[in-house]
Formats: sequence, structure tokens, C-alpha cells
Amino acid sequence: MNIVVCLKQVPGTTEVKIDPQTNTLIRQGIENIINPFDTYALEEGVRLKEKHGGKVTVITMGPPQADAALREAVSLGADEAILLSDRAFAGADTWATAYTLSQALVKIKTYDLIICGRQTIDGDTGQVGPEMAEMLEMPFIAYVSNIEEIKDKYLRVKRMVEEGHEVIETTLPAVITVAKEINVPRLPSLRGIMKSKNVAIQTWGIKELGVDAGKAGLAGSSTQVIKVFFPQRVTKAEILEGTLEERVDKLFDRLKKAGLC
Amino acid sequence: MDYFLTEQQKTIKDLARRIAEERILPVRAELDENEEFPWGIVKDLAAADMFRVFVPEQYDGLGGGCLELCLVTEELSRICSGVAVTYAASALGCMTLIEYGTEEQKRKYLPDIAAGRKLGAFAITEPTAGSDASNIKTTAEKVAGGYLLNGTKQFITNGGEAEIYTVIALTDKTRGARGASAIIVEKDTPGFTFGKKEKKLGIRTSATRELVFKNCLVPEENLLGKPGLGFIQAMRLFDKSRPGIGAQAVGLAQGALEAAVDYAEQRVQFEQQIINMPVIQHMLADMDIQVEAARALVYAAARYVDSGAKNVTESSAMAKVFASDAAMKVTVDAVQICGGSGYMRDYPVEKMMRDAKILQIYEGTNQILRNAIAVNLRKRKARTA
Repeated sequence: MNIVVCLKQVPGTTEVKIDPQTNTLIRQGIENIINPFDTYALEEGVRLKEKHGGKVTVITMGPPQADAALREAVSLGADEAILLSDRAFAGADTWATAYTLSQALVKIKTYDLIICGRQTIDGDTGQVGPEMAEMLEMPFIAYVSNIEEIKDKYLRVKRMVEEGHEVIETTLPAVITVAKEINVPRLPSLRGIMKSKNVAIQTWGIKELGVDAGKAGLAGSSTQVIKVFFPQRVTKAEILEGTLEERVDKLFDRLKKAGLC
Repeated sequence: MDYFLTEQQKTIKDLARRIAEERILPVRAELDENEEFPWGIVKDLAAADMFRVFVPEQYDGLGGGCLELCLVTEELSRICSGVAVTYAASALGCMTLIEYGTEEQKRKYLPDIAAGRKLGAFAITEPTAGSDASNIKTTAEKVAGGYLLNGTKQFITNGGEAEIYTVIALTDKTRGARGASAIIVEKDTPGFTFGKKEKKLGIRTSATRELVFKNCLVPEENLLGKPGLGFIQAMRLFDKSRPGIGAQAVGLAQGALEAAVDYAEQRVQFEQQIINMPVIQHMLADMDIQVEAARALVYAAARYVDSGAKNVTESSAMAKVFASDAAMKVTVDAVQICGGSGYMRDYPVEKMMRDAKILQIYEGTNQILRNAIAVNLRKRKARTA
């Protein structure tokens, strides 16, 4: 069972500051961590490997310092690591990110399952996993909370939906995103940490991937962040007076005016 | 203070701290209250390779020595001394094997210990043999097919939970301590059962039990080293393991000091945080001095053991005595600083104070160890006279 886990390095804080000029996150001086949702994806990949054999390859797209996230993933049980890093990849939206990742997967070729976290804590879109599956023309299942059975070309999972869960079967290879209910990620091991210090991390750029620079990074992004801001919270309460019927009439009136009914 | 640890030693210490804070801290009060063996934590420690630290590399270990073992024990003990001793007792249970075992014996047992699949335990103490350790009565009679064990071991850490026991028993009872031998006994060997689990003042998550041998036949190949050397092997083992008890004391005292500082910062009396009061500041400063002095002595003793020095009895005894006395004093003072709250089980310091007491008692009472130190003083004097 060869598994690829896609992960992202994110700022280890919820108090992010935005550069007003570029509308991007200010990353200086903030410790970077593996996106917490991705740690469940990695743990599930490592557990599947331990049970069924094979290997876990971790892959991330990011600046050279994203190397640290990959090394941490190796300390947690990943076998191989690939960093997609190139100036041309910078400024990518989810579409361009999914494109670049999918091209890397085409290059990796041999795998049975791709696992991603359900979303990142910085972008919060949850789009890269499904977009990537679409580009690879593969089945996709989101919010997986349990892998019930996995064998040659066959996968059955439990997935969380709003009012319960669904059990879905699919062929492999496939892409899944996992919910945090799926497992409790382990702590690193000493042997893992020692291995992570020496592991050779492959770095692939535009050239190695042989991709169209116009489809990657900012150039390949069909969306652009115009402005990022903290919403102003204005809360105003109004108590309606009168008899019960009068109050209901007033409320109905108000809702009608606001175009809510 | 910087003790100039190597990169690998720092990695070991950092990871042990992380496990302690992330996995042990949330459950320590519950483990203490329920006197429940910490199997969940043992599994976490195993997964993180902590049991590999003290096992040689050729048997799936990381080849660490006394200092590495001390670093892990200290960090675990900073959060829970009961978990720390459970861990360290597994090391104690296989150190005689590492030292005197044959290649075959090591291959058979050490990989399982290193992986944390099995725990080890060491058994010398008996109802009649505490400080008077040579007064053991358990016999291992040579018979066809091996040794027949009869007798009872008392207060054995990891008893009932461990799979691999190093037992000191008399293979020749006519020769007393000179007739003692170290023998490996596996759990589930017919004739080997466990007495009641002891209810203790402190380190209550750790298991302490009697081992009962009734015509328990152990194969001859389970003998460690030569027959008749068991008592000497045990004494040498304790010389090397005592810095580990010192490390347990250092971690425990460090945890108590930190808890006392936290409390003193929050607690307001007479309209000020009590940490602003000189009386509290001096108590905290004295605690800090004790902890650091103990740590320096423990690390120095551990490094001396790792250097391969021939006679480490005095150094390791000093480290154990000083650190455990410091831990007792520091934890008592931590409770004092926390006042009424410190006496309550909602706060961690009362547990730390209960946990500290055993450190002055096991692996040689501090009185017995002072005897050993004094013997060395006299020997040195005799040599220079």
C-alpha cells in the first residue's frame, strides 16, 4: 500500500497579521507548524502502512523552509518526502496549488491512496483536496472518519455528514480528506527524529515537474485576494414592545423589510 | 545552567518532556487516585522509542548510558514520579542481563524490552532482606532440567505487569550471599505467581507486588553469568542505577518548585502576590539551589558511571542521597508555600510530597548509603596513612 499524504506548513498561531500592501500573511517571527488537520492525514497514512506494508510519501508545496514540516512528518513515520518549491509556485490560489500537486502526483505515478487534511487553518477553504482529485480524474471522498476496509483497488470508508455518517465504497487509487475524528496522531519517536535529520528531501520545481508556469503560482490563479480584513462586529439589539400579537406583527414587518421573508 | 548535553541527549530529553506534558499530565491525578498501572503511557513511551534508550544498539536499542536514562527519568518524574519509576524499573530489570548475559540471552529478551513490548523488573528484596540485602531466603535448587525456585520476593516494582524478571536467589544456600545467583524468570512460568498489590503512600500508579515461587522450574540457560555471583552483580547494578533514582528526585523536585512558583505568583494575600514577599522568595530560592545542586551531582555521577570507572559506589550513592533528601525538602516546602490549597488533592504538590518519601528509602536507604560513603572515606584515609 503506497500512500501519499499532502500537507501544508502554516503559522502556528490564530492571531495572524496581514501585510496591507500584498494582502498576504506576515510569516516573519511566527513559528511554523504542520497544518493540524494534516497531522490526522499523516497518522492515518502511517497506520495503514504499518498494517499493510508499503510506504508513505509526504508532499508539500511551499518555500524552502517548508522542508522543516516534511522532516517533522518523517519523524512521525513518513518514509519519503518531496518539496515542491519554485518562485513560480508562489502566490498560488487553491486551483493553482491543486494543479501543481496533481502534476507532482502524476510524476510520482505509483500510489494507491492520497490522503489530505480536511482543510488548512490559515486558508480554511478545504478546496485543494477535491480540486486535485478532479484534476487527476480520481474518486474523492471528504470528511472520512474511519477507513473500514482497504485492499487491492478497493476502499470502504465511513464519512461524516451533517446528521450522521455515510459508508462509501470506491475503487483505488482515490483521494480522501480526513476528519479529526479518524485517529489520535502520535508523538514523534526518537528513531524517527534521528532519521528525519538525515533524510534526503527531493525538491521539485517547474523544471523537474515539467509544468506550464502559466498554470502555477500567481499566474495560474483564477482568484486573487483583493483585501483581507477583520470584520467589524456590530451587534444591536432591539426589544419589541406590545402584546404578543403586536410583537409578532412588528417582527414580521421587520423581517419583510429586511427581505428575509 | 548548561550541562553541555549532546544533540542526541537534548533530543531525548525534549521528547521525554513532551510526552510527560502532553500524555502524562492530563491523567496523572487519575492514575494516582485510582492506583492504576499506566499501560497507556507505557505504550506512548514505547512508541516514542524511550525503552530503546538504555538498550545496546545491536539489540534494537539506541545505546544510551546512565546519563540518557537519567534524562528521561528526570523529565517523566517532573510530571509523575510513579510513571518515571515504572519506566526506570524496566531498565533495572534488564541491566544485569545487558552486563552479564550471553549473546543468546540478550537476543532473546532485549529486543522486546527495547520495543517496550515487554517490561522488565528486578527482584532482590524479601521479607527478611531489606537493608540487610544479603539475608535472602529464596532458593534456586539445581535439579534435572534447570533450577527449582522457592520463596517470596517483596515490594517488587513492576511486579505482575512485567514479563521478564531478574531474580536473585540462592543456588547454594550453604554459602549465604556467596551462593546467590541472578536468574531470569518469565511471567507465566508454572509455579510463579503474584501476591497482593501493595497500597502505597506515593508513586501509586506504579505496581508493587510480591513474587511467589512454589516449585517454579526455570531452564538452566536462564542463569545470568556465573553461579554464586548474584549478590555482587546486584550490588554493582545498584551502583549504576542509583543516579537514576537521583534523577527521579531531581525531576520531582523541579516539578514541585515550578508548581510553587506558579502558585506564589497567583496567590494574593495582604493585597500583594505572595511571590513579592521576601519570606516566600527565600524559600523558593533555597528550593531552586537544592534542585540545581542535585541535578549537577546526578549528572556528574551518571557521567562517571558512563566513563566506565571501576568504583562508582561512593559517587552514585552521594547523588542518590543528596537528590532524594533535596526532593523531600523541596516538596515539603512546596506544600508549605501553597498553604491550605497545597494540602488539597486538587493541587499537584501533595502528591509530589507523598511521592518523594520513597526516594529516601528504595535502592538503598539513605542511611545504608551513608554507611557506604563512610566506608569509602575510611578506605581512602587508610590508603593515604
